[in-house]
Amino acid sequence: MNIGRQLKEGLITQNPVLVQMLGLCSTMAITTSIMNGLGMGVSVLIILTASNVVISAIRKIVPDKIRIAMFIVVIAGFVTCVDLLLQAFVPAIAESLGVFIPLIVVNCIILGRAESFSYKNGVAGSFFDGIFQGLGYTAVLLAMCFIRELLGAGTLAGVRIIPEQFPVGVLTLPVGGFLVLGFLIAAMQWALSKSKEGK
Amino acid sequence: MDQITKLLAITLGAILANNFIFSQFLGICPFLGVSKKVDTAVGMGIAVTFVMGLASAITYAVSKFVLVPFELEYMQTVAFILVIAALVQFIEMFLQKSMPSLYTALGVYLPLITTNCAVLGVALLNIQEGYNFIESVVYGITGGIGFLVAIVLFASIRERLVFAEYPKSFEGFPIALVTAGLMALAFMGFSGLKIW
Repeated sequence: MNIGRQLKEGLITQNPVLVQMLGLCSTMAITTSIMNGLGMGVSVLIILTASNVVISAIRKIVPDKIRIAMFIVVIAGFVTCVDLLLQAFVPAIAESLGVFIPLIVVNCIILGRAESFSYKNGVAGSFFDGIFQGLGYTAVLLAMCFIRELLGAGTLAGVRIIPEQFPVGVLTLPVGGFLVLGFLIAAMQWALSKSKEGK
Repeated sequence: MDQITKLLAITLGAILANNFIFSQFLGICPFLGVSKKVDTAVGMGIAVTFVMGLASAITYAVSKFVLVPFELEYMQTVAFILVIAALVQFIEMFLQKSMPSLYTALGVYLPLITTNCAVLGVALLNIQEGYNFIESVVYGITGGIGFLVAIVLFASIRERLVFAEYPKSFEGFPIALVTAGLMALAFMGFSGLKIW
C-alpha cells in the first residue's frame, strides 16, 4: 500500500466529505466556530483510526453475517471513551458539541471506512487510512468553520476580526451550513474536473 | 392541561420550528440520498416516523429500567445503538411475516434506518431534555413527521430541478444542498412561532 497515494486520496481525490459525501450531518451542524470544528475533527480522527485498527485486527475471526453489528459495537466503545474524555478535560467543547459526540457512532464515514477499507486490508494500511481520512474530514470542517465564523460572526477562534455591525449573521444559522457546504462541494467538483481536463 | 400544552409545544417544535432536518441537522444522509422521487421519499419518511416512535419508547424504557438503576449511564450510546439496530432488524422480520405489502413498499429503506442519526438523536435528546414516557414518544413520532414533511417537500422540488439550468460543477449534491439551504431559510420563519 502506497502511503503517499493514501494521503492524496484522503485529503483530495477521495475526500470523505466533499467527494464521498459521508458524515454530512456533523459537518453542517457543528461548524460554527473554529474550536468546535477542531474538537470534532480530532475526535473523529482518533475514533476512526482506533476503530480502523481494531476492525482490521479482528477481521479474520468475525463471521461475515454479523460484521456490521461488530463494527458498531467497536465504534460505539471508542465513541464512549472519547465522549467521557472530552467531558472530563474540555467540558466547554463537550457542551457545545452536545449530542453530536455520541452521534459519531452513526457517522457514516467511520462505518463506511470499516466496511470498504479496514475489513479488507491489513492493520498498518488501516491505521494510515484512518489518519488520512480523518485529516481530510478535519480539513473540510476547518474550512467550513473558517468561512462561517469569519463571515458569519466576524470572529476567528473567538478573536474579533470584522467589526460587529458587518458580519452576515445568517451564515452561522443552519441555512449557512447548507449553503457553504453546497458551494464547497461545487468548488471541489470544478477543481477535480479541471485537473482531469489538464491531464 | 399543562401536559397538553407541553405536548402541543413539542409537536409544533418538532415538525416546524426545530425541524430535525432543517434546524438540527439530524438525518441528512437519507434526506439527500433518498429524495430523488416523491414516492420513495414518502416510504422512507413513514418508515423513519415508525422507527423513531418505537425507538423513543424502547430507549426510554431501557434508560429508566436498566441504565439508571444499575448506574450504567455511561453505556448509554452503546446500549441505544444496539437497541435500535435490534429493533430495526425485528421490525423488518415482523413486517416480512405479517404485512408483506408494507414490507415490499418500504423495501431497502428499513435496514438503512439503523444508521440514520435522527433515530439515535431523538433517543439521546429525549434523555437530555428529561422528557417523560409520553413526551418521549410524542417527540419521536412528531420528529419523524417533521422528517417526512421535509423529505417530501424536498423530493418534489428536486423532481423539478432536473429541468433547471445551473453550472455544471453544481450537478448532483451541491445544487441539492443549496436548495435545502433555501428551504431551511423558509423554515426559519416558523421559529417566531412561540406558544411556550
